[in-house]
Amino acid sequence: MKAPPGEPYLRRRVVDVVARGLCVLMFVLAVVPLLSLLTYVVKQGVGGLSWSFFTELPKPVGETGGGMANALTGSAILVGLACAVGMPVGILAGIYLAEYGKNRFGDAVRFCADVLSGVPSITVGVFVYTLIVLSMKRFSALAGGVALGILMLPTVTRTTEELIRLVPDTLREAALALGVPRWRATLRVVLRTALPGIATGLMLAVARAAGETAPLLFTAFNNRFWSASLDKPMASLPVQIFTYAVSPYDDWHRQAWAAALVLVAAVLVLNVAARLVVYGRTAR
Amino acid sequence: MMFMGAEPPRSDTRKEPMAPPDVQTPPPNEHKMRAEALRAWFGRSLALKGINLAIADKKVTAIIGPSGCGKSTFIRCLNRMHEVVPGARVEGTVLLDGKPIYGPTVDAVRIRRRVGMVFQKPNPFPTMSIRENVLAGARLNGLKVQDPEALVERALKQAALWDEVKDKLGQSGMSLSGGQQQRLCIARALALEPEVLLMDEPCSALDPIATARVEELIHEIGERLTIAIVTHNMQQAARVSDFTAFFLLGELVEFAETDALFTKPQDSRTEDYITGRFG
Repeated sequence: MKAPPGEPYLRRRVVDVVARGLCVLMFVLAVVPLLSLLTYVVKQGVGGLSWSFFTELPKPVGETGGGMANALTGSAILVGLACAVGMPVGILAGIYLAEYGKNRFGDAVRFCADVLSGVPSITVGVFVYTLIVLSMKRFSALAGGVALGILMLPTVTRTTEELIRLVPDTLREAALALGVPRWRATLRVVLRTALPGIATGLMLAVARAAGETAPLLFTAFNNRFWSASLDKPMASLPVQIFTYAVSPYDDWHRQAWAAALVLVAAVLVLNVAARLVVYGRTAR
Repeated sequence: MMFMGAEPPRSDTRKEPMAPPDVQTPPPNEHKMRAEALRAWFGRSLALKGINLAIADKKVTAIIGPSGCGKSTFIRCLNRMHEVVPGARVEGTVLLDGKPIYGPTVDAVRIRRRVGMVFQKPNPFPTMSIRENVLAGARLNGLKVQDPEALVERALKQAALWDEVKDKLGQSGMSLSGGQQQRLCIARALALEPEVLLMDEPCSALDPIATARVEELIHEIGERLTIAIVTHNMQQAARVSDFTAFFLLGELVEFAETDALFTKPQDSRTEDYITGRFG
């Protein structure tokens, strides 16, 4: 059968328009929740922001005012601890997997990392609870940091591995042919070349850790007062948001929204800052 | 994905009949490097089947042959880069100034500092500036450079790149053209002041003008330095080299002074190859 001229072309155009329309529609569908969430958080949170929110401790129940200074610093300390635990292990594991892990053991490590990234965060919390909280006989910032660090581990490991794999072998050879020992070539050339991408992956891991609540509930717990000691309970923004959000007080609800806004903004700022720093070091 | 540590059991590797050493005419002058009964494997496949070949001191030796004949593998054995590939293995002797470069007491890293290498594709370090690329050999090895600026200038001048980049030493090495990048890689290798420079098809990714510049350069530095260059291009071998070795299927077929090899080949296979009957 002979199709009239022009018809296949028309059909192709229709299919093209429909397919493209569907893509745009799905994109909009995907973005709508994100944007509405962001605008809602901003709208609800801005009202609760004040100087005292950033500088004062929570007021006793019943009194209005006060702030979340302890939760802000607490979150910073916990995320810092998590980085201290998760990043060295994750980055080194990623280097191992990419450079030496083409064997059974490497496959096993890779598989474990993938499984770990799928483990619900509360499970990690329970694990750290039995491991650290029970043996120390108290909630502690240390336990919270370790829990968050374990949660970061798979992301950091796999991102590092993937990005180091992207570094062309010709660069490894170039370094080795200059009489550079393998470990130096890996650190100073391969890792250095992959760094911008790895930094992005690290930021994703940090963002995830900063927002985690469940594993902190029974590790770092919460604290209404200033505390910088790692063996004591420590306040954090997510847990504070949780506590305030389920409370019956309007003032606390307002502060919870404000804390949510600060958390989102902090993650955003950190992300942009990391990209700028890495970009600034790479581009000349 | 490659398999690490998958070395073939010895019994699997058939012993090839080894060419008697006197078949290959060694160059009449002094040798810088010498391969004796050199065999190299990739996993189970034998890529070099017993090579006896001497590289003359402060001369250019070209290695020609069709793809897959083992010529790249051969020069990679000369600075112990062959063993970097997982599953790769070397047997036999390679002498540098009469001393073996393979052996339990020899550090591959030290050999590579004395025997530099330039690769097929220009591979400047993308995170480093032009200046840093030239200094990379010293810096990455943690060596102190007395006068880095002078070293950069000297190496870039030797690589005939100085005039083109002297005003933009701080720019990324990747901002250069392909031919300039290759000369930057040559400068990077020269900055370590190697005794031997191995070049693995250094012009195959370059256009004719860039190729001509690199060939000119080989001619110049070949007077002070021992060079072994692998090339697909017979005209290039004829233009730049003093000696030429013809490889076929992992064996050294013929080795002679370049003029002699191209005008009066002794082996019929060499003649077939250089007259374009195969390859």
